Amino acid sequence: MTGAELRVEGVTLTAGTRRLVHDVTLTAHPGETIGLVGPNGSGKSSLLRAVYRVLRPEAGTVRVDGADAWSLPPRRLARTLAAVVQDAPSGLDLSVREVVAMGRTPHKRLLSGDTFEDAAAIEAALASVDAVALADRPFDRLSGGERRRVLIARALAQDPSLLVLDEPTNHLDIRHQLEVLTVLRRLPATVLVALHDLNLAAHYCDRLYVLRDGGVVASGPPHEVLTPRLLAEVYEVAAEVAVHPRTGRPQVTFLPADGPSPGAEG
Amino acid sequence: MTALAKSSENTAVVKPRNRATFAVTLVALAALLVVCSTAGLALGSVHVPPAEVWGIVTHALGADWTEPTWTRARETIVLDVRGPRVLLGAVTGAGLAVVGTALQALVRNPLAEPYLLGASSGASLGAVAVIVFGSSFFGTVSLSAAAFAGALGALVLVYAAARTGGRITSMRLVLAGVAVASVLNALLNLLLLTTDNGNEARTVLAWTMGGLGGVSWGSLRLPGLALLLGIAVLMVQAPNLNLLLAGEEAAATMGLDVARFRARMFVLVSLVTGVLVAAAGPIGFVGLMLPHIVRLLVGGDHRRVLPAAALGGASFLILSDIVARTVTAPEEIPVGVLTALCGGPFFLWLMRRDARKKAGGPA
Repeated sequence: MTGAELRVEGVTLTAGTRRLVHDVTLTAHPGETIGLVGPNGSGKSSLLRAVYRVLRPEAGTVRVDGADAWSLPPRRLARTLAAVVQDAPSGLDLSVREVVAMGRTPHKRLLSGDTFEDAAAIEAALASVDAVALADRPFDRLSGGERRRVLIARALAQDPSLLVLDEPTNHLDIRHQLEVLTVLRRLPATVLVALHDLNLAAHYCDRLYVLRDGGVVASGPPHEVLTPRLLAEVYEVAAEVAVHPRTGRPQVTFLPADGPSPGAEG
Repeated sequence: MTALAKSSENTAVVKPRNRATFAVTLVALAALLVVCSTAGLALGSVHVPPAEVWGIVTHALGADWTEPTWTRARETIVLDVRGPRVLLGAVTGAGLAVVGTALQALVRNPLAEPYLLGASSGASLGAVAVIVFGSSFFGTVSLSAAAFAGALGALVLVYAAARTGGRITSMRLVLAGVAVASVLNALLNLLLLTTDNGNEARTVLAWTMGGLGGVSWGSLRLPGLALLLGIAVLMVQAPNLNLLLAGEEAAATMGLDVARFRARMFVLVSLVTGVLVAAAGPIGFVGLMLPHIVRLLVGGDHRRVLPAAALGGASFLILSDIVARTVTAPEEIPVGVLTALCGGPFFLWLMRRDARKKAGGPA
């Protein structure tokens, strides 16, 4: 499956009287990996929820390959768009393979059994997050990081052309953080991913959107967006940005305000 | 890779759930149901040997391979007294187990079941209201319809009360269920105490404890139909019930319209609960225990849990009814009292297991 085009236009989201996201416009071209960064409460998760169709926009549109995501039948959209959300699932005695198999649901008719194609998609998804050895274990007994990988496998089994992920590297150790992001980057699908870690975002994303207080304050390729001035403005911390000699990607180092040696204050 | 392999070896239980194991489990449960049904037809004040039970049953079904050697009286006991009772036990047990399974997925809580969520109390109140106020069109259909309406009302009320910010905690769910059930039961008692017809009140009071006695073939039709409808629809919807286990948002991203699905399933669950309560009274804890026991055997996939729970629930209630009517013979214990005696401790165990999982389980 190839990548879909995502166009978020003028989206405003509210919860009661509180404004979560205001007039955000964002585009992801087919096959791009787009990173969403910003401090806590900047509206990253809310914006993603509007894209994967859980939080209905007050104003604006979400278009996937030109079609309004909010007026498509849910199953139709689910064949194009898969998501890894922050929701805590209750496994109720499902095995890992059964959890991943859920991802095939939008592609199947009710009452139809698991086809060879389903089985192949499930195995491939498990393999791509290094979870083949977990396949027969009860989902409820996995560690936080193992669960996260399984949930990513479930989204991959859905065979999406647009994949939306909310902090997919949470709870993962460094090796699996890198592996998961490499898998995402290699997918032919378009990827929209919220990330906390700016260096991971800089390394793996084609373009970044920086959110603050529910609005986009900057967007573009990582080396254009991640500047000391922007980081000072958005995160309110001092930072240095260098280009890493081997990866060629920007690398952010934060400089704590109280200086390296508190003892020197004397 | 080696680290992963090692950690999976260390896992205590890896539940076998391939197709063959599932088939064997299902056959074993079906065999158990046959044994329980035979016992249900054989045991009682007049003991009928199993072989004779089978002779009578197969003869009645039209098979002529044995000459009738039994008395008319025994035939009447097996076919007309115990037959409908065993069948109502099977239908009610299966229905409650299936409905409990569905509710646990729908509210995403392992402690859910029709009795604890007040649905049974709502159904009782609806049915009793019809008996007390509307004796002019007293009949199984109006009784069941009122019970259905009561169950649906109670379920929606409990769900709305327990849900805050899109989440339902076990504590709020159980508290809301207890509160709603208490109010409904109080109203029911009020109705019974103020009604002019004392005899009717006594009959109804016995019925509110749940029992399978006094049933005839004619009154089995509606519960049977409700059970078949319930199982058929839930089996078709089993993949969607599975999706709910992933969480509401995740289920939505996999193509499920959660709100609409839940509303429809609540109506179905209330319908089955209402009809069963109208026939057998509120019988608690079957819908709680059976799904959990069955999941230990076949895993959590609803395509497997539902049929296994139906078979297990049928056997369980037939067995409970045998105990209820033989242990203090010639007096009968209401079968609901008996299921509560088993179910209460089970509920406590489940609650503690749930709490332990949350506190000490993997992150």
